[in-house]
Amino acid sequence: MKNIGNLKEFACTPDRFQGGHRLCPGCAHSMIVREVVNATDDDLVVSTATGCLEVCTSIYPYTSWDVSWIHIGFENAAAAISGVEAMYNALSRKDRLYNEDRKVKFVAFGGDGGTYDIGFQSLSGATERGHDFLYVCLDNENYANTGGQRSSATPIGAHTSTTPRGRVSYGEKQRKKDLTMIMAAHGCPYVATAVPGTKHWKDLAQKAAKALSTVGPTFINALSPCTTEWKFKPEETVEIADLAVETCAFPLYEIEDGHKLTITYRPKQKIPIEEYLGRQGRFAHLFKPENKWVIEEWQKNVDAYWEYLQRREEAGV
Amino acid sequence: MATPKEMLTTWDKIQFGAVLPSFEDPEKKIRSKFHSYNYKVADWRVEKPVYNRDLCIDCDFCWVACPDSCFEVEEVVNKRGKKQAKIVGINYNLCKGCGVCVDVCPTPIKSLLMFPEQIDNQEALNQWPKKEDK
Repeated sequence: MKNIGNLKEFACTPDRFQGGHRLCPGCAHSMIVREVVNATDDDLVVSTATGCLEVCTSIYPYTSWDVSWIHIGFENAAAAISGVEAMYNALSRKDRLYNEDRKVKFVAFGGDGGTYDIGFQSLSGATERGHDFLYVCLDNENYANTGGQRSSATPIGAHTSTTPRGRVSYGEKQRKKDLTMIMAAHGCPYVATAVPGTKHWKDLAQKAAKALSTVGPTFINALSPCTTEWKFKPEETVEIADLAVETCAFPLYEIEDGHKLTITYRPKQKIPIEEYLGRQGRFAHLFKPENKWVIEEWQKNVDAYWEYLQRREEAGV
Repeated sequence: MATPKEMLTTWDKIQFGAVLPSFEDPEKKIRSKFHSYNYKVADWRVEKPVYNRDLCIDCDFCWVACPDSCFEVEEVVNKRGKKQAKIVGINYNLCKGCGVCVDVCPTPIKSLLMFPEQIDNQEALNQWPKKEDK
């Protein structure tokens, strides 16, 4: 496991994910990906499900990756990486590895569409078979690559192109699916949530390093504020990500062996959820008088979930 | 640098199982022409960040928060004998002008500020806000 020191040391690592990709200005995807691929010194094999990240970093004839990288369909990033891992194990059994001294780690990246909805069967299958890989979900809460349709990660009240706001509609009707807990219920040795940015960079890098050094299927759910579809200014990406943690809309925790929950960051003072919602254009309609109840519902859900996490951490089961 | 037009072949000339090598020489870390590091996204931006070396405290927040990896760092050894990254400058080929670096800069007078694209860097440094005398 690579020792993540302070940021000054961490910045010395040679960057394995370079710029020149065509992600939107201020996109959080590349912040997360850079920290994850820099969190280990071992060789990496990366597979990426179709989505913003895959499309923007591999426009022919350019690639942004300094590591081995496979393009794969929307639904089978986890299946592909489990196949690569099985192949690697088979070759190492037959002593036919290209370079035996170097360790290889396997990472799959997927957007929330490729993880929560379309790729869930392959992720669930790969986890159940117990392959040794890390799956990172870049959760921007909609299908941002195809124009911002709703996904099962979209929270209640959000305006998306398939759940538009209007005179009658208040946006998305359903609550966000709790994928992190679902993955923990698979019995993964390590499951965690993370956000990009400057305040919680070490949290993310340490979680990535820990997940990569753990044997078995591991999962990190990283919130990735989407400047285009959440409708905020590009420079506010880090602020929004921090606000999501401070309001407990996206609490940071990790679960080991499928049951041992640890909250890795506790906000000193919990900020009301309006701060987080008010910064984003997709929730602007919730501040009309007739939609006030949706914000109350949000606050209720957030409080209940935070309470549940704390109780579960205390109980230690 | 080859233009994208020269490098681009038509869809029927792409071979099955084609590989785009990131490096010309992996040992010396020489990036190949297929690496997006050699691509320019500079025309995306309206405002550019300008970096002031005199005010910088080398916290590297901008390095970790930059979505486009445009902050160039140099490895130096500090007084305590530990290695640390020193920000050298901004790669304006890769910068899209999102302004995240200015937002996260923690110094009292920001050591990174956004200026219009046409202003020369030296001129921008002269216009930098001065510390107020109390």
